[in-house]
Amino acid sequence: MRVTWDEASVAERARAFLAEHDPAATDRLEFLRARFDAGLAWVHFPEGLGGLGAPRELQAVADRELKGTPDNQPGRIGIGLGMAAPTILAFGTEEQKKRFLRPLWTGEEVWCQLFSEPGAGSDLATLATRAVREGDEWVVDGQKVWTSSAHTARWAILVARTDPDVPKHRGLTYFVCDMHAPGVEVRPLRQITGEAEFNEVFLTGVRLPDALRLGEVGDGWRVAQTTLMNERVAIGGTPSRRTMMGVVAETWRSRPELRTHDLHQRLLALWVDSEVMRLTAVRLREQLAAGHPGPEGSGMKLAFARLHQQLSGIEVEMLREDGLAYDDWTFRRPDTVDFIGREAGYRYLRAKGNSIEGGTSEILRNIIAERVLGLPAEPRADKDVAWKDLPR
Amino acid sequence: MTLLYTDVEEELRAAVRDLLADKASPSAVLDRADSAAAGGTPYDAELWKALARDIGVAGLLIPEELGGSASHEGGASAREAAVVLEELGRAVAPVPFLSSAVLATQALLVAGGEVAGELLGRLAAGEATAALAVSFAASPYAPPAPVAILGEDGTVTGTVTGVIGAEAADVLIVPVRLSQGVGLCAVEVPSTAQGAVRVATVASLDLTRPVATVSFASAPARIVARAEGLELPWVWEALVRGAGLLASEQLGVAEWCLTTTVAYVKERRQFARPVGSFQAVKHRLADLWLEVVGARAAARNAAARLAEAPAAGPLGDEAAVAVAVAQAHCGAVAVHAAEECVQLHGGIGMTWEHPAHLYLKRAKADQIALGTPGDHRDALAGPAGLPAPL
Repeated sequence: MRVTWDEASVAERARAFLAEHDPAATDRLEFLRARFDAGLAWVHFPEGLGGLGAPRELQAVADRELKGTPDNQPGRIGIGLGMAAPTILAFGTEEQKKRFLRPLWTGEEVWCQLFSEPGAGSDLATLATRAVREGDEWVVDGQKVWTSSAHTARWAILVARTDPDVPKHRGLTYFVCDMHAPGVEVRPLRQITGEAEFNEVFLTGVRLPDALRLGEVGDGWRVAQTTLMNERVAIGGTPSRRTMMGVVAETWRSRPELRTHDLHQRLLALWVDSEVMRLTAVRLREQLAAGHPGPEGSGMKLAFARLHQQLSGIEVEMLREDGLAYDDWTFRRPDTVDFIGREAGYRYLRAKGNSIEGGTSEILRNIIAERVLGLPAEPRADKDVAWKDLPR
Repeated sequence: MTLLYTDVEEELRAAVRDLLADKASPSAVLDRADSAAAGGTPYDAELWKALARDIGVAGLLIPEELGGSASHEGGASAREAAVVLEELGRAVAPVPFLSSAVLATQALLVAGGEVAGELLGRLAAGEATAALAVSFAASPYAPPAPVAILGEDGTVTGTVTGVIGAEAADVLIVPVRLSQGVGLCAVEVPSTAQGAVRVATVASLDLTRPVATVSFASAPARIVARAEGLELPWVWEALVRGAGLLASEQLGVAEWCLTTTVAYVKERRQFARPVGSFQAVKHRLADLWLEVVGARAAARNAAARLAEAPAAGPLGDEAAVAVAVAQAHCGAVAVHAAEECVQLHGGIGMTWEHPAHLYLKRAKADQIALGTPGDHRDALAGPAGLPAPL
């Protein structure tokens, strides 16, 4: 029997779930597992995989009903939720979906992303990490970089080269990498904020069973597109409780002695920009809900990065002597990604990454120009050349 | 409330766009601008008649009981007027829609009363066209005091500069000073008194919507509304609502500029490649596209908030913020789009023959109209919780 879910029936299901599972009397993890099994984890996922097969926007109804109950600490498992899960759902075998999605969602297993390499950033498809088949196993050798959560991760999504003799996009295969496997070495990569959210990951003779392959051999680029698309949505589209505009406006209100006419004009302009971005996001969600996803999504991350950088820059300038100080350069390894952070100096420095991570603003402009506006691509030297013959 | 376009709005858009494609091609618009500069009328009366009467755009903001099509129960609203303005902006169409069906109409709607009702009926039916005799450069946040005077004999005397749509008007809606307080008058054109109303088109930056100096010399008038003091609530409401809807015209201008430029850089080849394949060009267009996407969200939001507001005002805070945000953003976007259009067309973009300049001139004039982006930003300091320096 096919059920059509609506606001009332999802709310009803959530209340029935709560009646059976008292969050105060249930172990946190047991509660989250039960929530997953009740289909209230991500309602748009299929039944049996944490969802109800309901429209995505009804998730807000479930979240509202379950407000205040133990959550899965989404800040710790952002890569799993935002990138690994939609990719596993789209390309995983039934067995893989059953194995990975539940502990991913409950936060029992943290995920990270092994995509970028020292020699493959914007040009991800040129990556050099090799996976060579040996019987039922793949042997992986290479180096990955910008891997947040690698030091806490149980699993990784990995793209590796399985055929160097074909053009670069065609010789890639997508895997789930066991971060506990011998040969996986994680080293922190300290960034300009002083912290190390990211890591370098060295893969030396790492053996992965073929059962950890996601999608067909040679189809890794297409699978990775699903991940990257979701990454941009995750970075640009997540409404957060503390916005950069809110933080800077709070500084403006609480420090009247810092106000100048010049800063006032610039802040008002940025307030308008953030309001326009908010309205664009509202319109985008309406389009998605109506089943007509517009190309606006490609632009959200671009707008978000620019706004974050301008606002955080203005805050440090506004603070004058306080802006000359930095609260703490201690080399830490946080297990969450925090764009807002502690103080203005951190925000300013961390925001520099917003136009680099998850697709640089330059690459995003290319994507908008070519896929949305239909402008021709730059002439390319790498399209029909075997990867191994590319000039380096 | 939705920021998307409804099916009804899309149908209206299609009807307006078809008509404009037929009657307001870039070359036809340029020809009219040329003839206007040589002393002809800047507006296309035939096109306006087809829009106002046949499609019925003149009555979109006028309530059904007064002969228009507006109602809060499924009738037309500011949302439909906004869609019409998008299309008129896209064509820089020489018709007095903004001046008559938005600004003058809004002033009369807020004023209310018998005379306003009679006039609105004529406007809705497309039998008459009106203009609001207030400078197009007036900011809703600092509305000008009336410069015309209503005499004891019931005639209006005075000169108003910077007026749009007066050349096409059968009736001028004039803010006036009274011996006590202020008022709003209606002056018919041509006047029953010979030479009592003069409309002199000024050589204007915007070729497709020039401004005029309107002079009244003892022109017979009917009083529409009066108020104590020096505040003109009808004019303020008309200007702020007009500003909100102007954002949709600016969106239309920007969209034409973006679409036309994208098409051009795909065709134009230099260095044996389409110029649109150079990242230096495509990145600028990607940024412009993003600005236009934001302009659409902001303009739709303003139209939707205005549609929910009571026709006779006063406008609520949410609608006022939506208007100010839309103007602060869309005014600059239209200018940027037109400037990019000229630049990325290269030499041809600087010629009189290419229509890009019509859009640049419209965009730049619209940036000044009904409050500059800076005026609208200043108005947001309170609602944004960003108080000015002490």
